[in-house]
Amino acid sequence: MDKFVIIEKKSLAPAICLMEVYAPRIASSALPGQFLIVRADEKGERIPLTICDYDRERGSVTIVIQVAGASTEKICSYREGDAFADVAGPLGQPSEFAVKPVAEMAGKRYVFVAGGLGTAPVYPQVKYLHQAGAYTDVIIGARNKDLIIMEDSMRDVCDRLFICTDDGSAGEKGFGTDVLGRLLDSGVKYDMGVAIGPMIMMKFVALKAKGYGLPLTVSLNTLMVDGTGMCGACRVTVGGKTRFACVDGPEFDAYQVDFDEAIRRQGMYRDQEREAGHKCHIGLGK
Amino acid sequence: MNNRTGRVPVREQDPKQRAHNFNEVCLGYDVEQARLEAGRCLNCKKPRCMEACPVSIHIPEFISKVRDGDFAAAAGVIARDSSLPAVCGRVCPQENQCEGSCILGVKSEPVAIGKLERFVADWSREHGVEFTDKAAPNGIKIAVIGSGPAGLACAGDLAKLGYDVTVFEVLHKAGGVLQYGIPEFRLPKDTVVAHEIENIRRLGVKIETDVLVGRTVTVDELMEKEGFRAVFIGTGAGLPRFMGIPGENLNGVFSANEFLTRNNLMKGYDPEYDTPVYVGRKVVVVGGGNVAMDAARTALRLGAEVSVVYRRTQKELPARVEEVHHAVEEGVEFRMLSNPVEILGTDNGWVRAIRCVRMELGEPDASGRRSPVPVEGSEFEIETDMVIMALGTSPNPLVANTTPGMETNRKGGILADEDGMTTKPFVFAGGDAVTGAATVILAMGAGRKAAAAIHKKILNLPE
Repeated sequence: MDKFVIIEKKSLAPAICLMEVYAPRIASSALPGQFLIVRADEKGERIPLTICDYDRERGSVTIVIQVAGASTEKICSYREGDAFADVAGPLGQPSEFAVKPVAEMAGKRYVFVAGGLGTAPVYPQVKYLHQAGAYTDVIIGARNKDLIIMEDSMRDVCDRLFICTDDGSAGEKGFGTDVLGRLLDSGVKYDMGVAIGPMIMMKFVALKAKGYGLPLTVSLNTLMVDGTGMCGACRVTVGGKTRFACVDGPEFDAYQVDFDEAIRRQGMYRDQEREAGHKCHIGLGK
Repeated sequence: MNNRTGRVPVREQDPKQRAHNFNEVCLGYDVEQARLEAGRCLNCKKPRCMEACPVSIHIPEFISKVRDGDFAAAAGVIARDSSLPAVCGRVCPQENQCEGSCILGVKSEPVAIGKLERFVADWSREHGVEFTDKAAPNGIKIAVIGSGPAGLACAGDLAKLGYDVTVFEVLHKAGGVLQYGIPEFRLPKDTVVAHEIENIRRLGVKIETDVLVGRTVTVDELMEKEGFRAVFIGTGAGLPRFMGIPGENLNGVFSANEFLTRNNLMKGYDPEYDTPVYVGRKVVVVGGGNVAMDAARTALRLGAEVSVVYRRTQKELPARVEEVHHAVEEGVEFRMLSNPVEILGTDNGWVRAIRCVRMELGEPDASGRRSPVPVEGSEFEIETDMVIMALGTSPNPLVANTTPGMETNRKGGILADEDGMTTKPFVFAGGDAVTGAATVILAMGAGRKAAAAIHKKILNLPE
């Protein structure tokens, strides 16, 4: 099979799709917490996406993409059998637990808070920990039921799954932070928490968890170009120091991250993106 | 001969026109101009130019072929020592190397060796001249990490010696800094760079893109699992430096690497391509090297008013004289003896001004340049909505960190001897990954030396 062919494509929600891509080199070395970069075609942008699963035998990696602009729309428009121009990875540091001896994970208690698309990168972490004999509670939160993804696959690999939506259309009505607070109030003791989702959501999970003294890791989806430490577009302030999310991260200690700066920097190209989106949506242009 | 008069002037795009396009600035010599300029060469018995060339091109020999109008033969002479002549003819700092030691330069102007090299390379490309002579394949696999000037030079030489060479590149296009760093208007990508890389491929070199050695696969895995007998590391110096002053993470502050990569590798300046590029109305570029000039001139072409802030004077600018001259002609403003101390932002977190302090030159430092010292109480602000930091780059530590047994120096450069041999057996390194940021030609020279050393090392192996 040719490199970067889409082996399987599934629609998870109206604007979210899952793709299993043939990329044997990445599949053989990927670990939870890492990401890859997809470039759809010759004129495409390099888009960083967290690795959502990998199958070393099939030589495949799985990504989940939400249409958020012209480039993600282009990626989502690819069908089974099509091939991306480029898929580079795995990039970034693996999750801390993934580089420790597996035996150390047995019996450890983890809680995950996944926001919307953040469910996808949470999945391989929970799966890995589950196989390593750790105990995992997972909270998935989203705006509404259409944006709850991977519920069944997550249920298969975690101990307890909690679903909540802003409007109550699936699971309980409320935010992931509410569920987390309730679990911690009820006296459940966790060794570690992990929050992955929109920046703003991770910021609030951090505020919540801090009050309970729960060690918390977040995964930052910053802007990037090369993804290898060359451009510095992804720089974030962590513990008062400038770090590059692509090579020092993407995971950091939540309590050290300057979320307000990270949120502001993420919007740096919003005007250009809006323009690009405008250009192609109505099918005029060149 | 007219060797006592000045050199034949080279055609260039008009500054007013080129300030608004990305087409190449220098148009090069035509056949007559090249032959005329070649006629100025004295064909010295002891060619100082050749000694000053990091890859020892037989300069008087190729120039005499140009003078005779035998351009294919001239190309053959260059091809013996350089695999990237169209690149080097454009971006080498000839004024410090071959041309800097040309005897004609004492009383008049040196022979325009760079422009002649470029002419020969362009002529051969346009006339389909190829040099694919190589030894019979020996089946020995060598891995080259990084497809920049060092890696390409090493790969080309090893392929000519019959080795089975695979180059691993993390980006989607081969060329390294030739792709992401040097702009189109100095080094056209689709014609010049693509063609030189194609020439390396024609020698049988395989190039595998999208592979980050250290993550996708390690050096040890390449040697132990994939059967590579030796590895050459030419991963360059890709990590951008920042100043560490307040406000550097404001929106609108970029590394030159990011700005140039978006424009050069990703072609963000072309609306046909998807990658967005931000460009301010008033741009300040910090730094005085070639990269600073490239960033300034790119911003200018995207419609900005551009000033370069540099802490010493014009005389100390590390950029090539030609690049500074071109930047000035195009309308880039220079603010010398100024050093940024803080970047100021709006309430929304976007850049609004850069605060600098005036400098004066003090005692010479280790590099022999007079070191700038701040003048107390001389702070001033420059209004700006985009700041580009072009302060140099450091080697990427990834390969070194994931290769046990290979040592680095304090600055993160890989420790290697004259021949590029590292502290790990059968692992060689060269170019910016060893020396820190330097030039294309020095990297090529290091790649060639390492290729020779790898060949010697493998020949000496007991069977």
